[in-house]
Amino acid sequence: MFETLMLSRMQFAANISFHILFPTITIALSWFLFFFKLRFDQTGEQVWMRAYRFWVKIFAITFAIGVVTGITMSFQFGTNWPKFMETVGNIAGPLLGYEVLTAFFLEAGFLGIMLFGMKRVSAKVHTLATLIVAVGTSLSAFWILALNSWMQTPQGHEMRDGVAFPVDWIAIIFNPSFPYRLSHMVVASGLTAAFLIAGVSAYRLLKGDDKRAPKLTLKIALTVAMVLTPLQIFIGDKHGLNTLEHQPQKIAAMEGIWHTEKSVPLLLFAIPDEKEKTNHFEIAVPNMASLILTHSLDGEIKGLNEFEGNHPPVAPVFFAFRIMVGVGMLMLFFSWLGRIYLWRDKPLPTWFLKGLVAMSFSGWIATLAGWYVTEIGRQPWLVTGILTVKDAATDIAPGNVALSLSLYLTLYVVIMAAYLHTLYTMANRAVEIEEITNDGKVDAVINNITKDRDHV
Amino acid sequence: MMFEANTLAVIFVSLMGFAILLYAILDGYDLGVGILLPLTQKDDSDTMIASIGPFWDANETWLVLAVGLLLIAFPFAHSYIFKELYLPTAVLLISLILRGIAFDFRAKAAFTHKDTWNKVFKGGSLLAAMSQGYMLGMYVMGFESTPAAYGFSLLSALGVAAAYAYIGACWLIMKTEGSLQIQAVQWAKKTGVICFIGVIAVSAVNPLINPDVYAKWFAWPTTLYLLPLPIMCFALFTYTQIHLRKLPAKNDKGCWQPFVNAVVIFMFCFFGFAFSFFPYIVPGKLTIWESASAPESLSFILWGAIIVVPVIISYTVFSYRVFWGKVRELTYH
Repeated sequence: MFETLMLSRMQFAANISFHILFPTITIALSWFLFFFKLRFDQTGEQVWMRAYRFWVKIFAITFAIGVVTGITMSFQFGTNWPKFMETVGNIAGPLLGYEVLTAFFLEAGFLGIMLFGMKRVSAKVHTLATLIVAVGTSLSAFWILALNSWMQTPQGHEMRDGVAFPVDWIAIIFNPSFPYRLSHMVVASGLTAAFLIAGVSAYRLLKGDDKRAPKLTLKIALTVAMVLTPLQIFIGDKHGLNTLEHQPQKIAAMEGIWHTEKSVPLLLFAIPDEKEKTNHFEIAVPNMASLILTHSLDGEIKGLNEFEGNHPPVAPVFFAFRIMVGVGMLMLFFSWLGRIYLWRDKPLPTWFLKGLVAMSFSGWIATLAGWYVTEIGRQPWLVTGILTVKDAATDIAPGNVALSLSLYLTLYVVIMAAYLHTLYTMANRAVEIEEITNDGKVDAVINNITKDRDHV
Repeated sequence: MMFEANTLAVIFVSLMGFAILLYAILDGYDLGVGILLPLTQKDDSDTMIASIGPFWDANETWLVLAVGLLLIAFPFAHSYIFKELYLPTAVLLISLILRGIAFDFRAKAAFTHKDTWNKVFKGGSLLAAMSQGYMLGMYVMGFESTPAAYGFSLLSALGVAAAYAYIGACWLIMKTEGSLQIQAVQWAKKTGVICFIGVIAVSAVNPLINPDVYAKWFAWPTTLYLLPLPIMCFALFTYTQIHLRKLPAKNDKGCWQPFVNAVVIFMFCFFGFAFSFFPYIVPGKLTIWESASAPESLSFILWGAIIVVPVIISYTVFSYRVFWGKVRELTYH
């Protein structure tokens, strides 16, 4: 039983971690694309169309991986976590249902037109299709984060014979942690896409690509990142305060606070020791944690001792949190420095461009680390106060789960290798060829094949 | 306004059935095109993939909806069925992932890898269709672990793969021209025969091993009302086979007919299947009423569905109209 539980947890973690990488890019990349297309419609300048064409291909491939890796999730709830749906299915079901009905179909329905339909519909309709896809991806984030947040901070339901029944849907959707989690995730997506665009554009510049499109996209990406990074730090702070109120044990684990105390120092580094209930090798800023979390230098923060047997494992939460914050700081540095260079009309130095290339997937690292903080941080609960992870597990033979898990893992390695290789190939190809060769012939209204649409 | 719990269960099982039927037709043709993909004629394979390019994503969403509705409305049935079918489900998911990524990678990867992705696309499509057929077979056999059940499920796997290849070939007859269209007519003829035998086999085995199903179909006078169903199915199969001999016709007349016929055949088979098992959602074990979720949850989602589903259908129709007619080279603009 324990084995199946552990394997199921690993499988779910692997599935959802791998899946989330791709929507994290597409949620925001779709808005970038909408912006490129809109600017092209307004100005008729080819450079916007080139930017659109290059990035829409990356969007297509990323979106496709997101879709197909996401399908596994709706099967797993039943196969590996049957008690989850049996206990809170009355809440989780409709939220998932609305995601499929309002978001998935919207995205998928208009994706075909967005990707392949530019010559078949008017420019306006095509831009509209791009907008609808962007709205769809964001709606998807809305519903899935409503469910995830409800699992963390449930309300608006009542328990009857151990089963949750909905009482107030508005309270369920807009549960206490939802606004923070949604905005944190949407901005994370914005940063992930911005740094991917910046990284790939910087790579093209380093390879001697002298076209305007990569310079333009680099500038836009750095501008977006410059605005979003401080915003994300602000939202993250608010999110932390919200967590302190509703899930104090998670904060205690994040900060490595073993005993309730006042004037808590902020640990920059430490190695938490679960057995001795203490930290080793601490590097700390005095009073800082109290200041951040209680806005007072000598504020009291509850320690893990108050949640004996009911708190998450400390080390993974502690380290994941520091990785997320560390990557965030790097993002702040790169976006502001880059924007200052551009603002002063200085060329970007080679070391800086190389740094941006290295930061291409920094959004993935920060996002995954952040999710590990919040998801490992709710352990041992699956749904806070209602259902533990252990009780939700299945009784399938461990051999079966081990087999499916190894198949998934192998597949993920192959997909990731192919994805990165394809991005690399596409960036190299873009350096060599011009995205549009018949300059001037393509005007703002791309609808030039109307004559053979007579059968419509 | 609130519906009564029993009514809601019937509404939701109908919605789910609708999603399954649409999935089988829509993803059926695109999986079928994948199964038929020739690995040698490169031009043909490009055209074939272009014919499903704008649609496959949306087609697969119907599977997510169908499984989602099962999960939302009948959670006990969802965990029962997918626990029984754990490994075939994993195979299905992995093959769907493989063909999904192959579709995109083949277009964008370095040209040297294109052959590999074509193979992955074909293999993934075939495996996805077969695992669905296998799952259907196990469902009909009540998830027994007997050699007979496994044997029947394997036959069902081949049957579903043939059915998808059939509707895929019919799709190609409608969407392509020239030598590929002629080839598609040949495919449709061959797979049509296999498909027909498969339908008869499943229809014969189903009542023989499930006494409840037998009782439902062979109770006088119900049999009389039901008789048109197999007769029309048989007639359509025969008619389509004869019609295929005349294709491709002058001015491409009637090129859409085989596809429409195949859709209707799929519908007949589905209704026969649904009639056999209703109101059971796990054959012989669990009815829809025993496994339905709370009425307040179902009502909440139903109102959304009433508003959203017609919108989905209308923009799906819009998308098909945009890409109407013979397939052209598929480019990102």
